Amino acid sequence: MATQPIPAQHIPRQPDSRTRVNRVFRQGIDHLVTGLAILATVLVLIPLAAILIYLLYKGFSSLNLAFFTKIPAPVGETGGGMANAIVGSGAILALASLIGIPIGIAAGVYLAEFGQGKTFGTLIRFTADVLNGVPSIVMGIAAYSLIVAHQKHFSGFAGGIALAIMMVPTISRTTEEMLATVPHSIREAAYGLGIPKWRVVLSVSLRTASTGIITGCMLAFARVAGETAPLLFTALGNQFWSLNLNEPMAALPLQIYVYALSPYDDWHRLAWAGALVLIVMIMVSVTLVRIFAHRGTLKGGQ
Amino acid sequence: MREFLRTRGSGKLADNFFSAAMATCASSVLAIVIFIGVILVLRSQLSLHAFGWKFFVQSSWDPVSGQFGALPFIYGTLVTSFLALLMAVPLALGVAIFLTELCPNFLRAPISFLTELLAAIPSVVYGLWAFFVLVPLVRDQLGPFLVKYLGWTGFFDGPNFGVGMLPASIILAIMILPIISSLTREVMMAVPINQREAMLALGATRWEMIRTGVIRNARIGIVGAVILGLGRALGETIAVTMVIGNHPDIAKSLFAPGYTLASAIANQFSEATGDLYLSALIEVGLALFLVTIVVNAIARLLVWAVTRGAPARVH
Repeated sequence: MATQPIPAQHIPRQPDSRTRVNRVFRQGIDHLVTGLAILATVLVLIPLAAILIYLLYKGFSSLNLAFFTKIPAPVGETGGGMANAIVGSGAILALASLIGIPIGIAAGVYLAEFGQGKTFGTLIRFTADVLNGVPSIVMGIAAYSLIVAHQKHFSGFAGGIALAIMMVPTISRTTEEMLATVPHSIREAAYGLGIPKWRVVLSVSLRTASTGIITGCMLAFARVAGETAPLLFTALGNQFWSLNLNEPMAALPLQIYVYALSPYDDWHRLAWAGALVLIVMIMVSVTLVRIFAHRGTLKGGQ
Repeated sequence: MREFLRTRGSGKLADNFFSAAMATCASSVLAIVIFIGVILVLRSQLSLHAFGWKFFVQSSWDPVSGQFGALPFIYGTLVTSFLALLMAVPLALGVAIFLTELCPNFLRAPISFLTELLAAIPSVVYGLWAFFVLVPLVRDQLGPFLVKYLGWTGFFDGPNFGVGMLPASIILAIMILPIISSLTREVMMAVPINQREAMLALGATRWEMIRTGVIRNARIGIVGAVILGLGRALGETIAVTMVIGNHPDIAKSLFAPGYTLASAIANQFSEATGDLYLSALIEVGLALFLVTIVVNAIARLLVWAVTRGAPARVH
């Protein structure tokens, strides 16, 4: 079957003025949108730069050794630090991680290894995503209603529970995603050796995906480390040393919130220093774990 | 060999136990959601009975006389979230388009890292910055400017204290930008590359390719990302509480101090005296919980509809 040659006269040799205007117009729009996209990106980066630079400037100028070693000074006295808040944050976060990380990872393992294609698995996955979007203040009320209202007093324990609840959905979803990148051939090789499924999951799948899972846990940790709202009426805050999880406890974000809204200049200074310490703690922990997690683990799913 | 395997046992018991343990942990996610819902309903029983549906349409919030109506909070929440979306969505779309389609390769990683960094900054730090930098800026520079050029709209009447709905919307916009732009980027990257190639081969300019080949294919997912950002904005607490002024009134002016659902809880919960006051605040929390669940569910379904068929990306 011969193809028909296209009659030459149908192709305009010289573009007439209308097509030229059209082309210039289209290219103009193209450049305009490119410019707008670049402008948008710059506009987004400006507040980020503004926040970080201002924070570094204000934070460093008000940071001193007393900040890390002293507890808050009474109203009217200058000086003092947030040592108790740093320790309190550490204790609350340790508790939250201790509860939230194992449950989160286990839920992720279920989603990836057992619940694939099951209705229940899809339901859990969906619920986790929805729970991820529930405001943190609601977690605070829930923890208050569950623990504080029964115990009749505020406690660091209740704050830890509220933060743990927030960690679970994030960790389970990243764990699932990371396990999904583990190649099936590795699992099949293990099954071929006669290893039971639980052992395969623990020593093969989780081991292979551990880099990503640790990163996911760190991100969840970083997210809850800066949370103030769930601690407002659970841990409450404390001006003194408190290492008892059964008592009101100071936490860094809480202290920043209270100090920022106070009328005293010296407390504002401490709030800036606290914000800087909080951000640095979050960033350093995330980066450190990323560096260490990249060492000595099997790379899966490339 | 067979003898050996038999002596080892099949491990069925351990397997069943393990899968049951994992399933229990997984169902805890579902249990948490149900539990939060139940406990909020139980605790707000008192105010549910006292006010019924009128709780959400009454505009007076007066703890002293025991009158509780959540309308000012609902109004404040809707206005600030809507304004935040108005500011954030075009910018987020611009960033996503720039990063997926236009950006030179060496810039892509640092810029997306920086925008993700915005998401890692805690809410209280945003609040701190907004309280000490943004509020004076709105009071002294942005406010007079808006009055001069947009004063005729009536949205900028009244005294400008710096704190109010406007700075709250701005800080919300900055906070929800990264989530919208990173999800939009994800959705746009899920569009197959041959769609783009086909458009370019037909002689489309780059923008025409993006518009008809990428955005049109990804629009459901983009809408999902925007709704997800809305969910974040509705529930954002600390930063908003610090700059919105905390005053339960409905005012047309954006300079006027207001209240959102979340900031009302944060600000009043610990000083709530009396069971009715407390239960009214918990009912506000219940409303917030239900609204964000619905908003998030819709958003997730939309995002899933687009990205499900996409190949898993290697990070």
